[in-house]
Amino acid sequence: MTDATQMDRREFVRLVGGGIVVVVTLPLDMILDPRVPQRGQRGYPTDINAYLHIAEDGTITLYSGKIEMGQGIMTSLTQMAAEELGVTLEMVHIVMGDTASCPWDMGTFGSLTTRMFGPAVRAAAAQARLVLIDLAAKHFSVPRESLTVQGGVIIVRGDRTRRVTYGELAQGKQITHTVDERAVLRAVKEFTAIGESPTRLDGRDKVTGAAQYAGDLQLAGMLYARILRPPAHGARLIRVDTSAAQALAGVTVVNQDGLVAVLAADPETAAAGLKLVDADFDVPAPSVDAESIFAHLVEAAPAPATPDAAGDLALGRRMSAKTFDVTYYNGYVAHAPIEPHTAVAEVMNGKATVWSSTQAPFSQQTTIARAIGFRPDDVRVITPYVGGGFGGKVPGQQAVEAAQLAKITGKPVQVMWTRAEEFFYDTFRPAAVVKVVSGIDAAGRLTLWDYQVYGAGSRGSDVFYDVPNRSVRVYGEWRGGPDGYHPFAVGAWRAPAANTNRFAAEQQMDLMAAAARMDPLQFRLKNTTDRRMRAVLEAVAKACAWTPRAAPAGSGRGRGIACGIDAETYVALAAEVTVDRSTGAVTVDRVVCAQDMGLVVNPDGARMQMEGCIAMGLGYVFTEEVRFEGGKVLDANFDTYQLPRFSWVPRIETVFVQNDALPPKGGGEPAIINMGAVIANAVFDATGAQIRRLPMTRERVLEALRTV
Amino acid sequence: MPETIRFTLNGRPATLETDADRSLLWALRTDLALTGTKYGCGEGVCGSCTVIVDGRIVRACQASLGFVQGKTVTTIEGLARGGRLHPVQEAFVEHGGYQCGYCTPGMIMSAYGLLLENPTPSRDEILEGMEPNLCRCGAHTRILRAIETAARRMGGRND
Repeated sequence: MTDATQMDRREFVRLVGGGIVVVVTLPLDMILDPRVPQRGQRGYPTDINAYLHIAEDGTITLYSGKIEMGQGIMTSLTQMAAEELGVTLEMVHIVMGDTASCPWDMGTFGSLTTRMFGPAVRAAAAQARLVLIDLAAKHFSVPRESLTVQGGVIIVRGDRTRRVTYGELAQGKQITHTVDERAVLRAVKEFTAIGESPTRLDGRDKVTGAAQYAGDLQLAGMLYARILRPPAHGARLIRVDTSAAQALAGVTVVNQDGLVAVLAADPETAAAGLKLVDADFDVPAPSVDAESIFAHLVEAAPAPATPDAAGDLALGRRMSAKTFDVTYYNGYVAHAPIEPHTAVAEVMNGKATVWSSTQAPFSQQTTIARAIGFRPDDVRVITPYVGGGFGGKVPGQQAVEAAQLAKITGKPVQVMWTRAEEFFYDTFRPAAVVKVVSGIDAAGRLTLWDYQVYGAGSRGSDVFYDVPNRSVRVYGEWRGGPDGYHPFAVGAWRAPAANTNRFAAEQQMDLMAAAARMDPLQFRLKNTTDRRMRAVLEAVAKACAWTPRAAPAGSGRGRGIACGIDAETYVALAAEVTVDRSTGAVTVDRVVCAQDMGLVVNPDGARMQMEGCIAMGLGYVFTEEVRFEGGKVLDANFDTYQLPRFSWVPRIETVFVQNDALPPKGGGEPAIINMGAVIANAVFDATGAQIRRLPMTRERVLEALRTV
Repeated sequence: MPETIRFTLNGRPATLETDADRSLLWALRTDLALTGTKYGCGEGVCGSCTVIVDGRIVRACQASLGFVQGKTVTTIEGLARGGRLHPVQEAFVEHGGYQCGYCTPGMIMSAYGLLLENPTPSRDEILEGMEPNLCRCGAHTRILRAIETAARRMGGRND
């Protein structure tokens, strides 16, 4: 690697001292999902993908560029390493998201950790075991085959007195071993750590308040910054007067290259100082709002990508006994992690250290370096625990601001966005329009699928139903679109695009099933031969005791089903709801989730993600929608922007469709993608009304009820 | 105007020479280096800064230092005794009543405060008590189970 930021392997070995270091070389295609765009990112290192270090005192350390933001990978990655090494979990320490010691990583998103980084960890650990067994074989002068491993101790079979620990073997050694072939991994039936649900390794820290997040770091002489913000995106600062703030005792004022900030020894004094800053902005007249955005997204759409096309749409229309032409909508949705974007930066002797709440420490390293004119290797990004990300903590503006202010003031600086800043600078899930024209023949078989999505992006739009005449056209990806397409930044939001696409596609399925007077589950099974999809549908039906009948029942109580594929995981949801026709209130009584995610590394951890997806999904289903006028974001806190609450959360049941032959697939996102459709389908069953816009507020439910 | 603020913090006397208008949240986090109490919204609408003042649930971002003058304050750092987790903390670990962990101190302190006021709450009372607290990761069902477990184990005792 010639990239200056790629740590030299020898330097790493020097840093960790003696012992045994294992690095992994895996073919690039094993590591990279070809569907993950590589634009603007440097490639995964071809020489080093994972580090494992066995120190002379026997301490085993796993280094991972991934970060822990609640998804539980600190535990599951440790399980994978422990499994292959033949040690207990307590023997493995994990260092995460530190650019100075961890191998380069593109970022923690896309449910990629377990399916992409997991294999590298397992290979490194399996190879380490082989290296240690070789050392032990030499130590005892016996063949490898006569040795066995138990809890980090290598024992000569049949003679329990001849035993040596990993630490003893590592003593006096300075070995770097490179895995350049796929090491022999343990088989599923041999597992003792994988497939178990140990207590999460972050548990004690998190219940005692000891868990350190970026904002909890306290450095001597640290200043807390409050930064001048424009009233709207697109606004231009035309005049600023900081003299009143400067007169305030105990504050430092920065006004440099458009960055205006007040800093003090506590954040309240800084905020008081910022209030004294007098500024005028030129605010452009708003061109769109939360209602007019939909017409704009269609009118201003870029040329579409066509990820799927087959047959002939005109023929599909002729083959159809019935056609269905429906448009679906959803507004902008915030990530709203409870921890706002935070960073602490220290700049000393030409080096910057930044503790950041980020999903992408390595890309922030580059971004920060560029912003403060440093070489990337003079910037170290350390990622403590991250208080929720959901795709929102990738860009790193707060880390850049902290580094700039630390460089300017010469003191360590903390930037913790206020909740209002968090709403303002969030990279929202894009608003979207989906136009679907579909058709069925007299027997209830799909004949036509003409699908156009504006604004949301492609993920989740793949057609897994058997439909001969189809076209999927995607106008703009979730990263954005042409300039001015969205009035503010948009970005990845837990399973980007898929929530929107499944909301439309799976509702369309129920509309057709109802027209064919078919049960929604039977209709799906009739129209897909995909075995994994059929298996999750059947599993969810069994778990919720689904009885076949056509919708709608119209009784005020209803049930729905929806399915999809995300991060190579197959997922089906069933939900039961009660609708109050007089108020439009929808109560979700029960949600059942069936998932085929390949081999399950940590079943309870996987269930937590499924449950979390369902609970979080209730927000975008019922209330979450960013209100705005042009570039002005009207929501500034949780009083108007309502997140799901305890009373909303239904009984949740989770079921795995066992598929141990398949390597582990993604778990952090799949279960959320069907939440819109499964609730909408249940409301349809309960009332006969289709809710075509998210969130389905009470007003919108009432409005839909009036059309029935 | 700096004045002397004295209160009991996690069982020990605390003294600050500072402005009584300052918020308890930031004084805890900056002057007293107790960073377990989290900033989430600054307006008392998320619950992540929850502490207990004289036995009552208080949002530290909405309380001034003047308000705690002479009172007894317990934060998440004061819950475990001699390295032993409080039953509420223990139950949160056991049930996985957290994911990212950022709202967790506030959740635990709210649950602890709820059990102080009502040691034998019904499921509905727990739900109502926890309703103002926000969790973005969606650990709700496990949090409720953890609180039920803790209440059962504490058997009506509320310390």
